Amino acid sequence: MNIAQTVPLAVRALLRNKTRSFLTMLGVIIGVASVISMVAVGEGAKAKVEGVFASMGTNLLIVLSGSTSARGVMGGFGSMPTLTWDDLTAIKKEARAVRYAAPVLSSRVTILSDDANWMTAVTGTTPEYFEIRAWKVARGSSFESSDVDSGAETVVLGQTVVDRLFGGSVDPLGRTVRISGVPFIVIGVLQTKGQSPMGSDYDDTAMMPVSTFQSKIQGGLGKYIPGIIAVSAVSAADTGRAQQEINALLRDHHHLNADTEDDFNVRNLTEMAAAQQQGTKALTGLLAAIAAVSLFVGGIGIMNIMLVSVTERTREIGLRMAVGAKPWQVLAQFLVESIALSMTGGLIGVALGSLAARAVATRLGWTYSPRIDMALISFGFSAVVGVAFGFYPARRASRLDPIEALRAE
Amino acid sequence: MTEPTNAPVIVVEDLSKVYQLGDVELRALDHVNLKVERGEFLCIMGASGSGKSTLMNILGCLDRPTTGRYVLDGREVSRLGRSALADVRNRTLGFVFQSFNLLARTSALENVELPLVYAGISRRERVMRATAALEQVGLGDRLHHHPSQLSGGQQQRVAIARAIVNQPSIMLADEPTGNLDSKTSDSVMALFQELGRAGLTIVYVTHDPDVALCAARVVTVRDGQIVSDVAQVARKAGLPPPPAKAA
Repeated sequence: MNIAQTVPLAVRALLRNKTRSFLTMLGVIIGVASVISMVAVGEGAKAKVEGVFASMGTNLLIVLSGSTSARGVMGGFGSMPTLTWDDLTAIKKEARAVRYAAPVLSSRVTILSDDANWMTAVTGTTPEYFEIRAWKVARGSSFESSDVDSGAETVVLGQTVVDRLFGGSVDPLGRTVRISGVPFIVIGVLQTKGQSPMGSDYDDTAMMPVSTFQSKIQGGLGKYIPGIIAVSAVSAADTGRAQQEINALLRDHHHLNADTEDDFNVRNLTEMAAAQQQGTKALTGLLAAIAAVSLFVGGIGIMNIMLVSVTERTREIGLRMAVGAKPWQVLAQFLVESIALSMTGGLIGVALGSLAARAVATRLGWTYSPRIDMALISFGFSAVVGVAFGFYPARRASRLDPIEALRAE
Repeated sequence: MTEPTNAPVIVVEDLSKVYQLGDVELRALDHVNLKVERGEFLCIMGASGSGKSTLMNILGCLDRPTTGRYVLDGREVSRLGRSALADVRNRTLGFVFQSFNLLARTSALENVELPLVYAGISRRERVMRATAALEQVGLGDRLHHHPSQLSGGQQQRVAIARAIVNQPSIMLADEPTGNLDSKTSDSVMALFQELGRAGLTIVYVTHDPDVALCAARVVTVRDGQIVSDVAQVARKAGLPPPPAKAA
């Protein structure tokens, strides 16, 4: 008789006590299922955060102008324009880690179509902004540098604005909308981007050349930019360097002494995104750790039941020995029993965990990506649990004295 | 294994078993000598504590003597290790216990198959031989019943089938009728005698003198020693004569 032949023995013994076998497995089932689902939930959250930050723009930094200070009340960044058009040109030309830079002027205004109106955030900017935000035009086209130079009265609308002004059935391209009494031609519709990290609607927007914005919507203060500068670094790794370069550049241009505070503020959104991802990663780790503990507890449950089982089946063990079972065969049988329990539990757990993860993902509108590696790892771990926690009871069974065992009650 | 068939199947020489209980030395068996011929129906009698159970355990290779020799079926077994003893039990011995010791929730057939499983015999042959053994004890129509669906007598028959399924040289029975009512007891006893007549060597432990009457030879143990060894002529009609060589 070899090891393989102890498998049917063990399986038969487990089937003889179905309820208990199932209850014993329950610990491992829950453990494995929670590992699988927790990791999937963590991964889903991470993917969600990544997606949100990706939609903000690629390697994005924003430069805000300084704060007003009226009688000691600080107005906050951007309340006093300090950024100039020269600053923008300098950033574009001199900062080597910067790929694109664009002014972003924004105002909430009402847009009118023939039979509807809608108040939205209208942005005046340059074509680079579409690159910075990684935002493409779905239909039609965006405006060109020449449009900025000529102050063309053209506008690109977000999908939400299109829906509000034209409904679903009308093609907005080439149509005229009125903004602040000025007719604009709709030349493009932006791709939908969905929600921002703060929950506002990215698609509720309209964009026009910055020159047109200043002349028709909201005038400026001559050399100052009445808004922010959006910057895209050369690569994700270069965002830190871009931040330093812009800082140095602007301090130089604004003639700030070493002991004067910045009158502007550069924010590195990529770093913020990385920090966020770090956070979700830590969360995933934490969830997985908790789940691993429950798997461990499941293993102890198996050991507990196997010990009870050895005690309860002492006579059976004695009899098996009397009819010729060798100590190692008894050991093998009990070991195989506990491994079979834990592996079956692991298998069921993987299935349940995947279902749970999928349900959570569906409910929260995340994409569910099955993690084969986690399934294999936790299944393998459950097998290890079976061996580790089954060995002690199995050894105890194999070391029983057949005479004592036969006499046991 | 190719001993001449007329050699004694059990030879016990100067066998002692000593238990050390703290400072006290308990001599459970004290220089016992015993020979059992092939085909004999031997009854071991003795009060509890007499050492008969110890003798039985050693004869059954469940325990090892402290000193002395035990030659079973031509093989010295008194110094074998646990695994080797398990093999000897599997191939040479068949056990019948007072409390049946059947696996619960397991069919009669599977119970009888058990020794064959450990002998490494294929499933097909196991089923065949287990079925034959159950038919031999008159349970050919109860193959798939679980112990809980069988009467005490039937359960003990299953146990007997299990003991003979591997064609052992010796069957060891420890008070096999102790848990049965007298009528069932008689029928089980009759089965033993039938097996004895068929040539099986049977060592039967009991404290019931009536049961002992059925045996051809009665060995009485007291204080760890054999105090009498009587070959008895059948005193009741229908009882087997001291078995001559079968076959």
